[in-house]
Amino acid sequence: MPLLQINNLTQRFGGLTAVQDFSFDLPKRVLPGLIGPNGAGKTTIFNIVCGFYQPTTGTIDFDHHAIAGLRPNAITARGIARTFQNIRLWSEMTVLDNLCIAQHAKLGYGLWDAIIQSSKFKYREKQVHKTAMHLLETLNLQDYANEKPKSLPYGLQRRVEIARALAAQPKLLLLDEPAAGMNSSEVEQLIQLIQWIRKTFDITIWLIEHDMRVVMGVCERIVVLDFGEIIADGTPETIQNDPRVIKAYLGEQ
Amino acid sequence: MLHSLHTCRYWILYALFSFTIIFGVHHEWVNAYIQLIMMFIGINIILSSSLNIINGYMGEFSCGHAGFMAVGAYVTSVLNVWLFASDRVFGPAVLSGNWILLLFPLTLLIGGLAAAFAGLLVAIPSFNTRGDYLAIITLAVNYIVKSSIENIQTIGGARGFMGMRKVVNAMGDVWDIPWMMIFVLIFTGFSVWVIWRFVSSTYGKGIIAIREDEIAAEIMSVNTQQMKITAFMLSSGLAGIAGGLFAHVLGYINPGSFTIMKSTEIMVMVYLGGMGSLSGSVISAVFFTILLELLRPLQVIKWVVIPLMLILLMMFRPEGIMGNREIRDFFPGKRK
Repeated sequence: MPLLQINNLTQRFGGLTAVQDFSFDLPKRVLPGLIGPNGAGKTTIFNIVCGFYQPTTGTIDFDHHAIAGLRPNAITARGIARTFQNIRLWSEMTVLDNLCIAQHAKLGYGLWDAIIQSSKFKYREKQVHKTAMHLLETLNLQDYANEKPKSLPYGLQRRVEIARALAAQPKLLLLDEPAAGMNSSEVEQLIQLIQWIRKTFDITIWLIEHDMRVVMGVCERIVVLDFGEIIADGTPETIQNDPRVIKAYLGEQ
Repeated sequence: MLHSLHTCRYWILYALFSFTIIFGVHHEWVNAYIQLIMMFIGINIILSSSLNIINGYMGEFSCGHAGFMAVGAYVTSVLNVWLFASDRVFGPAVLSGNWILLLFPLTLLIGGLAAAFAGLLVAIPSFNTRGDYLAIITLAVNYIVKSSIENIQTIGGARGFMGMRKVVNAMGDVWDIPWMMIFVLIFTGFSVWVIWRFVSSTYGKGIIAIREDEIAAEIMSVNTQQMKITAFMLSSGLAGIAGGLFAHVLGYINPGSFTIMKSTEIMVMVYLGGMGSLSGSVISAVFFTILLELLRPLQVIKWVVIPLMLILLMMFRPEGIMGNREIRDFFPGKRK
């Protein structure tokens, strides 16, 4: 059974159909890309998967459980984490705090433990810190642990956001246009980072991207979306030559 | 280890400080008026630091804090008058006065609990409402509480409720030391301690994540609904405790003490001290309470001078005295 199984997903906002009858199977450890022109519904699909929108119809199964309709934090607790198209770090808190709070769903202690500083609190707090620091070290971000994200350059902020998503210890990582706004050396680094994360962590990545260097560089399978519907699904080579994809991107001759 | 040693040292310092005050008050080094102001400072510290949870740390705008204070004040007062004083409505004292020292802190906590549940009136709408719209809801809750009390004749309605003086006297009958000062000191320390531990834990920092980016908080594993309930209940619960102390320090309360004016006063303290700075709230509560007393001779003009100061503050130092820093941030060597 695939890790993520989306069946006949439809999302309507009033009269607008943002996603139409979207079905998709994502097996473990495959790295698919989701591409399409602006407004095709890519981010909407991510927003539905992570619980921010409730789908109009359709089902989503993740890791043997139906997750459509759950609250976003419950879905993160089950193992889906994401990054955002426009970086959404908690910018007034330190990088370390950002990574600690991403483990909020798995804290396992409550207000009372925090106030009396019970042994459970101390133990968990130490673990949360350790996980965060360990991640920062593996991603080579340890020097920025006590910096605020807003003072970091753009490429690093992206890296921190990916680190924060990993701190939630997900089984599935959704990356929403990670290369947006990056210069070419940053894109190079990003491609290496994504490939490295895949090798190092036992994790499945799903990617939305416009930058073809990234898509062609890391994706094994590409799904093309246009006006909320899948118009092509296949390997990067077949997609590049698909007449419908060319039509969607370049228009008709 | 080192951390707990530090906390320990703070406690010893606070205990020494409290003993000095209690000793001084007991031997009447300061007159009753100064004592009253000292108790108000403590109460205002609880009020401003508890409101800071919502307005500072969580980034919402609550302007009905006095409403929760009123709930605590009335619940605690009614309980104590019923238990320990002979009253026209509630009849003779139910328990002997010897119980009071044990039960008074308990009634304060019950008042706080009642206020915490009143806080749900704001917490639940806050799931889908934020910013200005939530501010209007908090304002409405303030009015609901005030008008409800005005219309319950058993507890005096608009005329107010008294009898707490007898309760405080009953404490003195057991052992003649300045009990109200002691309780104010204990609960002020307790409140600041609870809030500090809450906002410095990863759990509590969830509310700061809500302030920074609520959508990211929700999607990246913070249970925003649960955190909002926790924050609002904690904040209003502590305001309720402050209300209970306020009622017993004054000996008389009426709904007019808990209007939007009072809420504004608390808000001014939060903004003066700095949003999201606990030490700022404490410092500004001390400063503002003393200032209010110093300006008392000006009478009505006081309410021209204070808003004017607020305008100047917003123009020249909008982040407040402390910004979002804490005192220890100014002593880099002390940081771990």
